[in-house]
Amino acid sequence: MPDVHSLVNEFILKLKKRKVEGSQATARLAAVLLRSVISQQRIGYTNQAGALIDAVKAVGEQLVAANPVEIAVGNIVRRVLHIIRDEDLSLTTAAMAGLNLSAVSDDDDDDTSPDDHPVLSAAAVAAAARSTLRPPSLQSLLEDMPDSAAVPHTSSSGGDSEGKSKSADKNSRSRKLKHDVIEAVNELIQDIDTCHEQIAEQAVEHIHHNEVILTLGSSRTVLQFLCAAREKKRSFRVFVAEGAPRYQGHLLAKELVARGLQTTLITDSAIFAMISRVNMVIVGAHAVMANGGVIAPVGLNMVALAAQRHAVPFVVLAGSHKLCPLYPHNPEVLLNELRSPSELLDFGEFSDCMDFGSGLGSPLLHVVNPAFDYVPPKLVSLFITDTGGHNPSYMYRLIADYYSADDLVLQRKAAPST
Amino acid sequence: MGAQKKSSAAAAARISDDPEELSRVPLQAVLLADSFTTKFRPITLERPKVLLPLANVPMIEYALTWLESAGVEEVFVFCCAHAKQVTNYLQCSQWLSQPNFSVATIESHNSVSAGDALRLIYERNVIHGDFILISGDTLSNMSLNRALQEHKERKKKDSNAVMTMVIKRSKLSPVTQQSRLGTDELFMAIDPDTKQLLYYEENTNHLKGTLSLDKMLLIDNPSITLHNDMQDCFIDICSPEVLSLFTDNFDYQHLRRHFVKGLLVDDIMGYKIYTHEIHSSYAARVDNYRSYDTISKDIIQRWTYPLVPDVLLFGNSATKLEREGIYRATEIVQSRSAQIGPLTVIGNGTRIGNNTKITNSVIGKGCSIGSNVLIEGSYIWDNVTVEDGCQLKHSIVCDGVVIKSGSVLSPGVVLSFKVVVGQNFTVPAYSKVSLLPQPTKQDSDEELEYADNNSDIETSPIAGAHDNLNGELTSDLTDMQSSAAEELGSGGAGYIWSICEGASEEEWRHSVAPVPAEKLAEISQTIDDDLDFSYQDGNAPASSGELKPGGLSDSDDDDVDANNDSAYFEKEVEATFLRAVHENVKVDHVILEVNSLKLSYNMEFAACAGAIFYSMMKLALGTPYNSSAELYNAVVNVLTSWKRLLKSYLSGKDEEIEIILKFEEMCSELAKELSPLFTKILCFLYDKDMISEDAILDWESEKNYADESDRVFVKQAEKFLQWLREASEEEEEED
Repeated sequence: MPDVHSLVNEFILKLKKRKVEGSQATARLAAVLLRSVISQQRIGYTNQAGALIDAVKAVGEQLVAANPVEIAVGNIVRRVLHIIRDEDLSLTTAAMAGLNLSAVSDDDDDDTSPDDHPVLSAAAVAAAARSTLRPPSLQSLLEDMPDSAAVPHTSSSGGDSEGKSKSADKNSRSRKLKHDVIEAVNELIQDIDTCHEQIAEQAVEHIHHNEVILTLGSSRTVLQFLCAAREKKRSFRVFVAEGAPRYQGHLLAKELVARGLQTTLITDSAIFAMISRVNMVIVGAHAVMANGGVIAPVGLNMVALAAQRHAVPFVVLAGSHKLCPLYPHNPEVLLNELRSPSELLDFGEFSDCMDFGSGLGSPLLHVVNPAFDYVPPKLVSLFITDTGGHNPSYMYRLIADYYSADDLVLQRKAAPST
Repeated sequence: MGAQKKSSAAAAARISDDPEELSRVPLQAVLLADSFTTKFRPITLERPKVLLPLANVPMIEYALTWLESAGVEEVFVFCCAHAKQVTNYLQCSQWLSQPNFSVATIESHNSVSAGDALRLIYERNVIHGDFILISGDTLSNMSLNRALQEHKERKKKDSNAVMTMVIKRSKLSPVTQQSRLGTDELFMAIDPDTKQLLYYEENTNHLKGTLSLDKMLLIDNPSITLHNDMQDCFIDICSPEVLSLFTDNFDYQHLRRHFVKGLLVDDIMGYKIYTHEIHSSYAARVDNYRSYDTISKDIIQRWTYPLVPDVLLFGNSATKLEREGIYRATEIVQSRSAQIGPLTVIGNGTRIGNNTKITNSVIGKGCSIGSNVLIEGSYIWDNVTVEDGCQLKHSIVCDGVVIKSGSVLSPGVVLSFKVVVGQNFTVPAYSKVSLLPQPTKQDSDEELEYADNNSDIETSPIAGAHDNLNGELTSDLTDMQSSAAEELGSGGAGYIWSICEGASEEEWRHSVAPVPAEKLAEISQTIDDDLDFSYQDGNAPASSGELKPGGLSDSDDDDVDANNDSAYFEKEVEATFLRAVHENVKVDHVILEVNSLKLSYNMEFAACAGAIFYSMMKLALGTPYNSSAELYNAVVNVLTSWKRLLKSYLSGKDEEIEIILKFEEMCSELAKELSPLFTKILCFLYDKDMISEDAILDWESEKNYADESDRVFVKQAEKFLQWLREASEEEEEED
């Protein structure tokens, strides 16, 4: 048991000190961590799902607060919460089916075996239908309003009929719930691991012969995407904008050349000059918001504008862990990271033009180094996720598949309680 | 950081692959939680410097966070002054319970210097390999991998490479001749190829524009680069030998002034120090109030990323970065009419009243700031109360201070803990106020004898502070202490410290306040004047790079160290010589011994000749005599019997002039009885071919511009000189 606590602390420290960065790495670590939180969480006989949700939420809150810029961490926390709710709901539905059945069988003459062909009562069917209906209806939202921690999640959809006989299968149910949840989280981790390949599989559909592709900076997803197309014997050219101030485009260009791709390295400022020769822009993202807007490495908004000006398709590759269920108009969400100015400028150089305590106290020179840009949805032509290509306007539907509405406000609920 | 992490992982892999490193010791660090200086007084009387907040986070947090992220696994925190506070702090923090990062404290109550601290650490026998030596007030985000690797590789090739010093470029202000951090000009000579440090000199005299280099430095090295635009980051990568070196030499106290310089001068053991220059990463040490100000601003401008307020979460309060560099903690009560300017940090739970203006400042946790307050460039720590209508400019205000309504803090003021400033009181500029009275003797455990510094501080009259004292002294309180408590206006509490431990007129150099414009104008004026002066100075014949002991006095009374050295050297030579006389040692052996002394003291031949001549004269003076004739005979005797010894050091004109100067000095100061014999002995030396005629004539011409008093002996020898001149003219005519 002590492990979980120290594991959580360790990961929080890593996040705080910016030792783990990049959405895939953080997402994966967060998922692994939450899995161990779930597996070590002791759950009582009642309200197992609630206990799990509370535990995950408590940890999740800390993780999000440790580095709010890593949106993927919050996404994973929400995904895991959603998984718990989902599994719980399906178990409840199944159990309730049995329960109703037995109730029915008590009243009436029974002719069907409950194990083989459960006959669902109207209420259970409705509950199941509600849970599968996405996005959640207003009614289910209202029903869920009483805090899920206090009232068992199941009771809201279950009705009065469940009662005495429930304790019998509780033990097995709790084990089953935990087991199912861990299974599902494992799947999630696997999804994160393989998202690059899954995205890359679609490369052939998008990259055609003799095309010119432009990208900026470096992204693992983009690299694999391009390489996958190359492996399928597509011949095309890639323009790589270097991506100041970190110049990761240089690394990407090297990698591409090493894999036999015709590559041209250009400066960021040459993007407008080159864009007219480009057939498609393919870039990675830091996060995709619910409205289809993209938080992406700095400089991409410029690329998107250039692409729009010349009617070049602007394609964003994003693993499903990058899908954030929040909207960017929320200042809590639209975060930017201001990195060290020394990436732009040597400190020694800079100190030369500092005033030596003689000026007004505020230096005349400021160096600002934001890490991200926000690209509005109207500039994005297509998102390619591990499930396929999507329109920006479709993002909210996709997000509703992955997250449950109860968890969207993870952060805001957390704020007053601390 | 991601890249850094990768490279550290790579480095770890590399190390484990290395068969020699199989018995790998964890990377250790020694963090000195004591600066062994008094620059932060009076604050440090109550709290150790490492716990002082820098942008609302104690300095030690920065140091430990950096060490942790740089891959150090074991840190020994050496606490000395206020050791209890430091250990308590560490116990309450999360540092003691970190996985893969152990922090252990070593307490000591009788260490007065870094040297003592390192000796104690050596005794404890806890350091097993290379270690990082930093002081707790150092702030950095550099990656140590490169430097460590370089250090290890050098060590493998040359076991004498014991230390790697981290340096960074930083230009000096052209006017005040100090760096941004308020530190003095630093001269370094570095071998451009090997990066070996050859020379290290802190220039404490701001108007001095000269620098003396040993000739050997230029002879021994094919090329050197001289820097005065480098800043010492006070981050050292040391081999374990460093600790034993400290143990072997009990006079190593100060890390730089004694240890580094000692190693550089000492060419017998041949230990070498190397430098590692960092370019884009940040490293600096909070040395004085000026650097406190500068480094705080660097943090706010994110040069120290990721050690910035919104990332380095300390406590539970999350801080958010808003536009224009305003860092705001979560629970702040701020009036709508209050204006918060750019580059400001505001701590958790602080309340800010109407129409208050705050710019370029750091405000701590739980402060309450009234209405119509103006705060500019100030550092306000936790739980401070500032009542309505106050004005704070460029000052440091410690925890729990109360500033009553209408008060004004002039630039450069430091208010220590819990001081109360009375109503409508103006605290004079650069004054330091504390609840504790100023210690009369500097004997606290934070003290290090600043011998070199104090020697050039004239005991100046207590400046400004006392004269400006408000006259509201209540008459019924008679004793000094309680009257002092009223120094801060009615209802005030605290003593205004008189400025006497530093040079008072230098106060502005190290203050938080920017250098006032008048001061700048004044200095640039003196620099202009000085330029002319230094031209003259440059024309004076400097026969050798090294300072001549007791010689040209105008150039070397700045350098106490060199003088001390030469005095010791003279003594040693004298002792050697006397021993030789009494034990009948062969001349060759004496020469050998003197040569080795010369090497160990890093002296010139001229100095040897001077010292030998001096000891000869002392010997002659030591023999009993009744008249000056007898004394002359004794001198002649000694000179003739040891002529070969003296002769072997008289290789050129410089040495001969040195002897004459030495002789002159002796005659005028030490042994007045010799003075009548000056010409005679000079004559004798000339006859015996020990001193050439050129040397004597040069000596005379050198004295041409000297004072009348300096020319006494020239006058005495006038006839002899006349004769010499005529003789040389005759020779020329004959030619």
